[in-house]
Parts: sequence; structure tokens; C-alpha cells
Amino acid sequence: MKTVLVLLFFFGGIAQTLSQSFRVESSTISFFSQAPLEDIKAETDQSVGVFNADTGDMAFVIMIADFQFPRSLMQEHFNENFMESSKFPRATFEGKLGDFTRENGVQQTVNVSGIMTIHGVANQMKIPGRIRFDGKKIQMDAVFPIELADHEIEIPTLLFKKIAETVEVTVHMILKTD
Amino acid sequence: MKFLKITIVLILSFLFVQPLFGQKDLLQSLIDESESHVQKVTATFKGTRIINGHSVELRGEGNLDFMISHRFGALNSGGYNLFGLDNAHIRIGLEYAIWDRLTVGIGRNSFQKAYDGFLKGKLLEQQTGEGNFPFSMTVFSGLSYETLKRPDLELNFVRRLAYVQQLLIARKVSEKLSVQLTPSFVHRNLVPSGTDKNDMAVLGIGSRFKLSKRTSLNFEYFYRIDPDPTDVNHNLIAFGVDIETGGHVFQLHLTNAQSMTETSFLTETTGDFWAGDIFFGFNISRAFQLKK
Repeated sequence: MKTVLVLLFFFGGIAQTLSQSFRVESSTISFFSQAPLEDIKAETDQSVGVFNADTGDMAFVIMIADFQFPRSLMQEHFNENFMESSKFPRATFEGKLGDFTRENGVQQTVNVSGIMTIHGVANQMKIPGRIRFDGKKIQMDAVFPIELADHEIEIPTLLFKKIAETVEVTVHMILKTD
Repeated sequence: MKFLKITIVLILSFLFVQPLFGQKDLLQSLIDESESHVQKVTATFKGTRIINGHSVELRGEGNLDFMISHRFGALNSGGYNLFGLDNAHIRIGLEYAIWDRLTVGIGRNSFQKAYDGFLKGKLLEQQTGEGNFPFSMTVFSGLSYETLKRPDLELNFVRRLAYVQQLLIARKVSEKLSVQLTPSFVHRNLVPSGTDKNDMAVLGIGSRFKLSKRTSLNFEYFYRIDPDPTDVNHNLIAFGVDIETGGHVFQLHLTNAQSMTETSFLTETTGDFWAGDIFFGFNISRAFQLKK
């Protein structure tokens, strides 16, 4: 009898910690390109994502057409000429969080390794970032570079002074669980 | 007893163990979610003109387009006139997008020294995904005011005016091909002769075929519906090439119209294209973002 009760409590405990699936509640993803003739910055706050706090697995999807530019013509060219967003409407990332603890209120420096797919081309990446657990919410931040050539995004020679080969991506996300 | 305990343990363990999410399932379910996103079809045409006439495209709010258009003389005017290059008509214009869906424009043509102005409003947008809609529709309303001195005619303010209304209906058929229908209605207060009609309905068709990411081949034809039998004018026809570089769109074309304003080129195109009354011309537009 005692054994059964102990076992019941044991399995009951596991059941609680196993249902830890977090979804993106709000996010800001931006990129910055610095070149001699022009600086380009664009931002989107539309992203969907899921993070499993037990296994560290995560996946995110953003729609390329959701990036907002200060100049509307720049936004149109970004989609039509560079990203070809009618052919490749989204950028995705699926990866796994490296060593981390479930401690609340502590900002941890972590590494995420996974596959980043942009413009239809997938690349293995290792991204350094910060994560902070706050009970039912998680805050994630990362700043990392993306090489345009790695994803077959072409810059015509005429525009090389206006667009950088490497852009800096900044990610800020708040995820929550029910 | 031992058997019972083991059974209870096994049953409990099955009840409480969660199915593990594979990474692939995680991403795929998100992608499936994003499929239902409404996707607006953009860049049906590279610029706001197909060749002579307007396309369904409007610029984003705060954008100012500076437009320069030239139409040279007739190719069949011989080598002495450098096949028309000696002669040029020009239009300069400014077009400002007050909102994403509304653009106002003004221009001045050297042909007939006519000033023109217009309002262009986006009514419907082609969409894929959840909000599936097959075409884009823009409405165009313009007027022109001729200032050419005509001592032979008794002219006043009203007689110098002409109006045009157009409905621009376009569909991006594929990444390379876009097609537009332009039913138009022109009212001229003063017409060349007693038999000419003051009101004329014209049906335009235009298309663009993309050759590369930044270049395309364009075509335009405006068919006048039921003109007076003694009307000596022709239907407008034009063939052109578009080259887009960053903030500029360069359009080079051959057409039978020397005028660059709707009220004139829809109804008073004098050139007979197939007899060699072909005018080489170009449009250059440069976009400036004044505010976001």
C-alpha cells in the first residue's frame, strides 16, 4: 500500500513538469545592414514559435513579408528582388538549447544549435543568447550575424555599396505557457 | 499481490508519460499554421506606368515620385531629323502618395502645353492564402488643361479642359506575367471638328513579361469604342522595356502617341504605327521617401 502511494506521488510529480510547452507571446526580430552608402534596418513583431522547456527543443517561423522598412520601395525590393518572398515566404529555425537550468529569475548565457532556413537554403548554426525563466514566462534574447551568401541571397554589383554581405540580426522574445 | 503492484505501476507510468514532441513535428505544425496567412500579391508591375498609361500600382505612403517622360519625333522622318531624335516632347510630373491607397499627381506637358492632374486610389488588392482574391483594382480620375495659344480659335477656361476616368484592373498571373484591363472614359469640352464626339469610351489592355528580376517587356493597346467614322486618329499602341535599379525605373519604348497625358493620347493619337509613325520615348521615375 505504502509503495503504491509513493509511486502515485512520484508519477503525479512527473506529470506536472512534463507539460512545459511554451509559445511565443510577443517578439521583436530586426536586422541591420551597414554599408558605405546606406544603412538598412527592418523589423517584424509577427513570429510564431514553440519551446519545450524540458528537452530544450525549439522552433520558430517568421513571414518575410512582415518585415517593416522605413521606405516602402525598399520593402518592395527586399521582397521581390532579394528574398523572393513569393517563392520563399518564410524563414524558419529549429534547434535545441544547450546546457541550461530551470531556475527562475536568473539570466543565463546559453548556446542554441540548430538549422536556420532563409530564402529556401538551410544552414547549421550555433547561436549565443540569453534566456531567463520567470515562472510561466520565458524571455529570450540573441544577437547574431547572418551571411547573405550562405542563403544564396544575391546582391547585384551595382548595389554593393548599399547592402552589406553580413547583416546583424537581433531577436527578443517573450514566451509563455498556460 | 506482487503481480497486482507491478500492474498498477505499469498502468500509472503509461498514464503519466507525455508523448515526446520530435523537432520535426514542432516546426511542421508552425508552418501549417502560417499557411493560412493572408498574402498580398505585390509588384504586379515594376512602376506606376505600364508605358503611356497608368498601372494598378501605387507607391507607399509618404513616397514622392519624380517623373520625366520624353517622346521624340517620328522614326520615319528620315536621317535629316536623326529619325525623330531632333524633335522631342516632354512631360515632367510629381506624384505623391498621401496614403498607401491614395496618390495625387500633377504634371506639365510640352505637347499642347497642357497641365494635367490626377487622383489615383487603390480599391482592391490581389491576395493569396486565406483571403484569396483574384485581381487588383485601382481607380484613376484625371483632368488636363491646355494652355497653347490658339489665335484661330475662341478659347476660354472651360474649352481648355478635358477629363478622364479609368478603372485599372490587373492580375499577376504568374511571377513573370501580369495583365491589366483599363476601361476608360474621356470627356473633352472642345473637339477638333463638329463630327468628333465629346465623350469617348476606350478599352485598354496592357501587360508586362518579366525577363529578369529587374527587367521586363511591356505592351499596351488602347481601343477606342465606336469613334466617329470621320475620326482620323488611331488607337494607341506601345511596346517597351523596363529597367529597375534601386530607386529608379527606366522605361524605353516605341509608341504612336506623342502626348503623355490620358485625355490626349486616348483619343487624339495621330500616328499610324504600322506606317512608321513611331516615336521612340522613355519614362524615368525616381522615388523619394518624404516620410514613413
